[in-house]
Amino acid sequence: MLDTLLLTLPIGIAVGVSAGYLGSLMVLKKMALVGDAMSHVALLGFALGIRFQFPTWLGAFAVLFVSAIIIWDLGKVTKLSFEAIVGATFALALAAGIYLIPNQFDLLEALFGDIASVALLDTIEAVVISIIAIILTKMIYDKLVLGMISEDLAISKGINVSRADLLYLLLVSLVVATGIKIVGSLLVGFLVAVPAASAKNVSSNLLRYSLMSSVFGAISASSGVLLSSYLNVLSGPMVVFSGMVIFVASVLLKWRSK
Amino acid sequence: MENSNDFILRVSNLCVRLQNQTILEKVNFKVKKGTSLAVLGPNGAGKTILFKALLNLVPYEGKVEWEEKVKIGYVPQNIAVSDIPISVEEFLSFRNGRDVANCLEAVKLDAEEVSKKPLGILSGGQLRRVLIAWALIDNPNVLLFDEPTTGVDIGGEEPIFVMLNELKKNEKMTILLITHDVHIVNEYSDYLLALNKCVTFFGESKEIMNPAVQRTLYGETVCAGAPQR
Repeated sequence: MLDTLLLTLPIGIAVGVSAGYLGSLMVLKKMALVGDAMSHVALLGFALGIRFQFPTWLGAFAVLFVSAIIIWDLGKVTKLSFEAIVGATFALALAAGIYLIPNQFDLLEALFGDIASVALLDTIEAVVISIIAIILTKMIYDKLVLGMISEDLAISKGINVSRADLLYLLLVSLVVATGIKIVGSLLVGFLVAVPAASAKNVSSNLLRYSLMSSVFGAISASSGVLLSSYLNVLSGPMVVFSGMVIFVASVLLKWRSK
Repeated sequence: MENSNDFILRVSNLCVRLQNQTILEKVNFKVKKGTSLAVLGPNGAGKTILFKALLNLVPYEGKVEWEEKVKIGYVPQNIAVSDIPISVEEFLSFRNGRDVANCLEAVKLDAEEVSKKPLGILSGGQLRRVLIAWALIDNPNVLLFDEPTTGVDIGGEEPIFVMLNELKKNEKMTILLITHDVHIVNEYSDYLLALNKCVTFFGESKEIMNPAVQRTLYGETVCAGAPQR
């Protein structure tokens, strides 16, 4: 059990921190449900990985990458909100993914995550990808926030808001694809949205908000991994339960401070 | 005698069409350095779009010619800060890490009192001042200000215009502002551009008290026969 934990705990912490950090922007952009829907799109890539025997995270990322570009492009052309576009496309990907996955066991793993099959390479991949995603997001964080405050203000200062949005969507795809291994495609959206929502309840400035979001993400994911290992159950639901405890605590704190 | 170097901005035959709608039609005017120009007009007259065209934020036809070494500071009408946990200090630090206390002092705000506050809980007047501080960070020579007193209570309007006037005088800044308020035009601007898709009046602001000019402002739009001074 200790060997497994040495492999899965670093994934939990890495994915938790990166999903929490990127999620802090997702919540500010009021796109929390988009993150959730996008994670369902990943199921199709996961299924393709199983079918054609290549790494499932790579398949998930490839499908998310293409979806992100389509979503970004459709948004620019149609001026529809991200919600509308994602809502229109994710069900198709989910249906195709479920159809393509060969057996029920793989489907369960894809939907709810499974840490039992984690190998050293998975851990290294998850940690490296998470670090890259965090660094790149840090580089565009201020630009994205300024674009949310006023797109005109950002553009008038020479910021290419549209390009920053695209890069951000691609980074979210990367983190979601990595997170599927431990949380599953149905629940990875939780890691993007809920730690950030909890952090927002207890933050009055941006630094604290992004930091707390990352910390809450790490605590949710790592405690979920530990619990699932101890109780011998699927990891995804455990991550959700841990994250919800933090969320409820943050709501109580906010309620008390009013 | 007018010297071509006196002007910081020349706009000729500016037309903006968005989604097959004509927003601005053949707008012509020029702005002298170190003066203030108030843009006045009813809702939907194209005032904000005019500013966006001047900033190259929307596609347009015609010519917008700024002086070569122009540095523009822009304060938009609406910003979304109510739902973003960002402090005044963090917002101002987005711009090259300049000394936040100095920036706030320049707009007559107490740095100790406001720098740690979230933008979303500032009063309308404080928020406008923070936005002016933001716009002034690069030491611009032109300030574009869309509705300076949006969200500001009645008592807070006058000090903002007094401050803008001081900036114009002390920093030799050119100021373009959008307003609905005739009193502001009369008291705080040198020139007036009345807009209703096209220019209905362009001239010195004191002309606003002239009944013939007021008829063009409040009467029907007469684009072809707009008085130009």
